[in-house]
Amino acid sequence: MKRASGFRLSLTGIALLIPLALFIIVVFLAQYAWPAIGFNGIRFIGTIDWSLGNLYMNPVTVRGYSVPLGANYGILAFIVGTLLSSFLALLFALPVAVGTAIFLAEAAPDRLRPALSMLVELVAVVPSVVFGLWGIYVLAPLISHYIGPGITAVFGFIPFFNIHNSTGSGFGLLAAAIVLALMITPIIATTLYDALRQVPRELRESAVALGATRFEVVTKTMLPTVRVTLVGGVVLGLGRALGETMAVLMVSGGALNYLPKTIFTPISTMAAFILSQLDSALSDPTGMAVKSLAEIALVLFVITLAVNALARVIVRGATLVRNV
Amino acid sequence: MSATFEAVPTKRSSLERRRMITSAIGWALCGLAFLLVAIPLLDLVLTILIKGASAFSITLFTTSSNGVKGGLLAAIVGTAVLSLGSLVFAVPIGVGAGMYLSEYGQNRLGSVIRFLSDTLTGMPSVVLGYFSYITMVIGFGWQFSALAGSITLAIMIVPYLARITELSLQRVPVSMREAAFALGARERTVAFNVVLSAGLPGVVTGVLLGLAISVGETAPLIYTAGWSNYVWNGKFIHQPIGYLTYVIWTFIDQPYKSAHALAFAAALLVMLVVLAINIGVRIVLRPKI
Repeated sequence: MKRASGFRLSLTGIALLIPLALFIIVVFLAQYAWPAIGFNGIRFIGTIDWSLGNLYMNPVTVRGYSVPLGANYGILAFIVGTLLSSFLALLFALPVAVGTAIFLAEAAPDRLRPALSMLVELVAVVPSVVFGLWGIYVLAPLISHYIGPGITAVFGFIPFFNIHNSTGSGFGLLAAAIVLALMITPIIATTLYDALRQVPRELRESAVALGATRFEVVTKTMLPTVRVTLVGGVVLGLGRALGETMAVLMVSGGALNYLPKTIFTPISTMAAFILSQLDSALSDPTGMAVKSLAEIALVLFVITLAVNALARVIVRGATLVRNV
Repeated sequence: MSATFEAVPTKRSSLERRRMITSAIGWALCGLAFLLVAIPLLDLVLTILIKGASAFSITLFTTSSNGVKGGLLAAIVGTAVLSLGSLVFAVPIGVGAGMYLSEYGQNRLGSVIRFLSDTLTGMPSVVLGYFSYITMVIGFGWQFSALAGSITLAIMIVPYLARITELSLQRVPVSMREAAFALGARERTVAFNVVLSAGLPGVVTGVLLGLAISVGETAPLIYTAGWSNYVWNGKFIHQPIGYLTYVIWTFIDQPYKSAHALAFAAALLVMLVVLAINIGVRIVLRPKI
């Protein structure tokens, strides 16, 4: 048994395909995007102007690269759109997820618990594009007719929350954030739910013995013990929200080259933009637009990779601590 | 906390009442939070069920669409080809990697692969689609094709499959492996005939969940599989192929009622597969966990 058998080696080889895939993806994206990285420089993340330039004239040479006249590839608006929609989604999702996890773990009747927790898990498996369809058909009209005017009636004095400062179609930042929140709530909730179920019995019993109400047992003794797991779940949800494509693309309204003035204004995210713009980018004969899209993909990849790695480290650390 | 202890019983009644009320409000908010998750799901399922079912007819399954009306035959066939095709690539690799992680992965290399595999699951699918576009579609010159689409989906589901396989194989008792080795079985025999066959239900679960993922994916397919109004003609490259999720995405933007009906019908078909697999897997597995 000292020498690795051929069988073992071939299994190792198969398993190594996973890191290899990751490596190849990064290398190919970086290699493909390389001219764009050189041409765009810091303007890439520093300007909000994404313009393919004049595609009907001969390309001109700018900074040593052949590009259409007037081409500029700035993605600041999409970075802002991505961050705003994701953080807004987290803001909605976090309290809902915590409440849902507590409800499932502590309030749901034992007989119903499997069915109810399955219901929450099922929210996470609904395909993104189906959420998008629901967003177009149900959510956007709901925002346009009820939620939007409602928010405006209460917070309308703040321009950012006034629907009259937007087209009022319902498609925009808020719709994207709500759909994203729906998609990440089950991720946070199930992570937290699993952790709550594992809190040692002694801990609750001591809290009860001290005269705490059942709700105080949950919030003051159980939640503090699982807070690291909660952070991990939140970061995991953030990773999902940052990279979400179809649902956001369908309900965000598809903004180009402007920053959102209100919560109802159309936005675009990096992921949605990559998908929606490839067709028009292909019309650039110099290929710089397609390469700039690859640069967005690379940036998005690096960000989500970092966020996900962070989440795994946090969750794993939490599990280790709990087992000690 | 200390205030609670030191309070004298006679003074505590008002404090106690406040704590009771706070707790009641807390529980109510938790219930509300649950409803905020459950109601949109139920509404989504009902909406798609009602709108989708009303578009069901025989022609939905027997004819293809011209982009406005017609049926979903091409898309149904395409989704089947793409998802089953992705399993052809993903199952050997995912199950193999899972076997490695479970049987030989208790070392540094194993934890690195485990970590990278989990990270790969978090990769935005559109990034993967773009990667496949510049490599397979452009670089290899396959153009929009079933093969490019299937491989892209396979890269997505391999990490899930590997981890689910690992978890289910690890539940197989060590004593079973020891018994087989004691009988003189070789590593390969132990891995396949003992461990894998004992852990097969878990592996099948992983494969089914992978199938559900690939049936529901859109973003990685748009620039790898393309789209076609015609039923797949059996070619794996140089031939774009249709799929159901594309219908959902594009047909809802058409100004025609018939196109909307097709989008909802496609959504219903996708949801039926995804929910059937996910609910089935959970119901079958629950008593054992």
